[in-house]
Amino acid sequence: MPNDIILEARELTMRFGGLLAVSDFSAAFPRGSITGLIGPNGAGKTTCFNMITGFYRPTSGQVLLRGRPVEGLPPYRLCHAGIARTFQNIRLFNNETVLENVMIGRHLRQKTNWLETLVFTPRSRREAREMRTRCLELLDVVGLADMAEEKSSSLPYGAQRRLEIARALATEPSFLLLDEPAAGMNPQESEDLMGFVRTIREAFGLTILLIEHDMKVVMGVCEHLWVLDYGQIIASGVPEAIRSDPAVITAYLGEENAHA
Amino acid sequence: MRGRTILPNVLAIGVLGLLLYLAEQYCDGYQTQILNLIAINIILALSLNLIYGFTGLFSLGHAGFMAIGAYVCSILIMTPEQKDMLFILQPAYDWVMAAHAPFFAAVLAGGAVAALFGLLVGIPLLRLGDDYLGIATLGFAEIVRVVANNMPRLTNGALGFKGIPAYADLWWNYAWAVIALYVIVRLLTSNTGNVLKAVRDNEIAAKAMGVDVFRYKLLSFTVGSFFAGVGGALLASLLTTIDPKMFLFTLTFNVLMIVVAGGLGSLSGSVLAGIGITVLLEWLRIVENPVDVLGFSLPGVPGMRMVVFSLALIIIILFRREGLMGMRELTWRTIAGVFSREKA
Repeated sequence: MPNDIILEARELTMRFGGLLAVSDFSAAFPRGSITGLIGPNGAGKTTCFNMITGFYRPTSGQVLLRGRPVEGLPPYRLCHAGIARTFQNIRLFNNETVLENVMIGRHLRQKTNWLETLVFTPRSRREAREMRTRCLELLDVVGLADMAEEKSSSLPYGAQRRLEIARALATEPSFLLLDEPAAGMNPQESEDLMGFVRTIREAFGLTILLIEHDMKVVMGVCEHLWVLDYGQIIASGVPEAIRSDPAVITAYLGEENAHA
Repeated sequence: MRGRTILPNVLAIGVLGLLLYLAEQYCDGYQTQILNLIAINIILALSLNLIYGFTGLFSLGHAGFMAIGAYVCSILIMTPEQKDMLFILQPAYDWVMAAHAPFFAAVLAGGAVAALFGLLVGIPLLRLGDDYLGIATLGFAEIVRVVANNMPRLTNGALGFKGIPAYADLWWNYAWAVIALYVIVRLLTSNTGNVLKAVRDNEIAAKAMGVDVFRYKLLSFTVGSFFAGVGGALLASLLTTIDPKMFLFTLTFNVLMIVVAGGLGSLSGSVLAGIGITVLLEWLRIVENPVDVLGFSLPGVPGMRMVVFSLALIIIILFRREGLMGMRELTWRTIAGVFSREKA
């Protein structure tokens, strides 16, 4: 296997009782790529995310992270291994401040524990300071540095999405999954998002997989697309090819795009 | 930031020390007893708030951990002669007879054994969510009580212990309250505290952020159990007598009431409510006395104050669900803020 493939899904299948949510999902993600996973509502996109990030144990199939099988590991282990995600319906820690949200993402790279803070060991104080600085830097990257002490639930919607990304970045991932990052954003915000996704890929050396319904974003930022319908891959390729793929047009893009 | 809080904290401890000294000089036995109960209730409320308010683990097992702390501490501080006189049902185990430790070590041991039990029951129980956890921990507390009732060679059965040395004076109780407050505040203001709150607020997101949710629940539950054990140990030495009937569910309920009234997720709320409710519970003894209303004389009803208290709790839940403080904290900064606002 070429070692520039960071994550590979092999024939992932997820069955909920009699319902076949995803069947034989196979995809490989080269290091540094931005890939889109698209498909109509209910096609099984988020189910794929949940299998890759450990929230679901696949009924069958494999997930290989840098060539090692990781399917069925609990989410926190996968996060330690370098897989981070955001959620379709934003899941922030609402009672905590913006900075604390990012600090929570950072904790798994923390080396000192709370017992050391009881007696103020120099090591723990230094690390606490470093973590704070690092998290403020991350907030700066997503443009939320001046809201660090606000309660996260008080942020506007777009800012909450960016905070979720900052929190995911704090875990130092190598593979980042974004579940509908542009949902609820206005055209200007989605425009900014595209630049932002590219920036963080460069800045943090990420491989990114995103689910998105906003075709402008998908076509604008993704280098490769996988299209799901009824749990099966119906097409994959570069955005230009997908745009003109008849199977995709009928299944997903619909009539209005057929004559475009 | 730390430099600015260290001075007020030292001052506050100094003021507390002064107040305790004055209390020792001028308060009568009854008032001293209430002051002691305040300290113990604060310890208990802080520990339950850590478990329930900050980590979201609905635990009703506090009385069980208190019982463990109380029995362990009592066994360690009673003299062999006392134990010889006490165990009249059946002779105590040899190691129970032999066990002896100074008071501080005994309280520490009470907390440690309670924490050990917290860890052991936490491993299976903390996999349960919400209400199920409440029922299971309640069951644990009942088991502790029933075991205490039926192990006469360890606990002297239903007779319990009498004449436990009364070492728990104002100084010991408040020292332990300060220790509990310090440890729990440091835990919760560290990043580990942020993680505990994350587990409470959104378990799924916490998992995605690499949090081993179960481990952190276990940590919070164990630390909480430790201080519940400490509270129980101090209570045993304060009251000088314990028996299994003392550790009924109502004991947990009292602590829960303080935590809810003070605010789930507010340590300062627990401290304030710990003071307020302990004092109120004593004042309300008036309603249990016979009273004359408009020429009618009503007989005293024992237990009436609990009725009044339950009503108060219902009113809190109906009209101020977040409790006295909500999730806010009274910090030096907010206090300074109030004063500077008044000046402005």
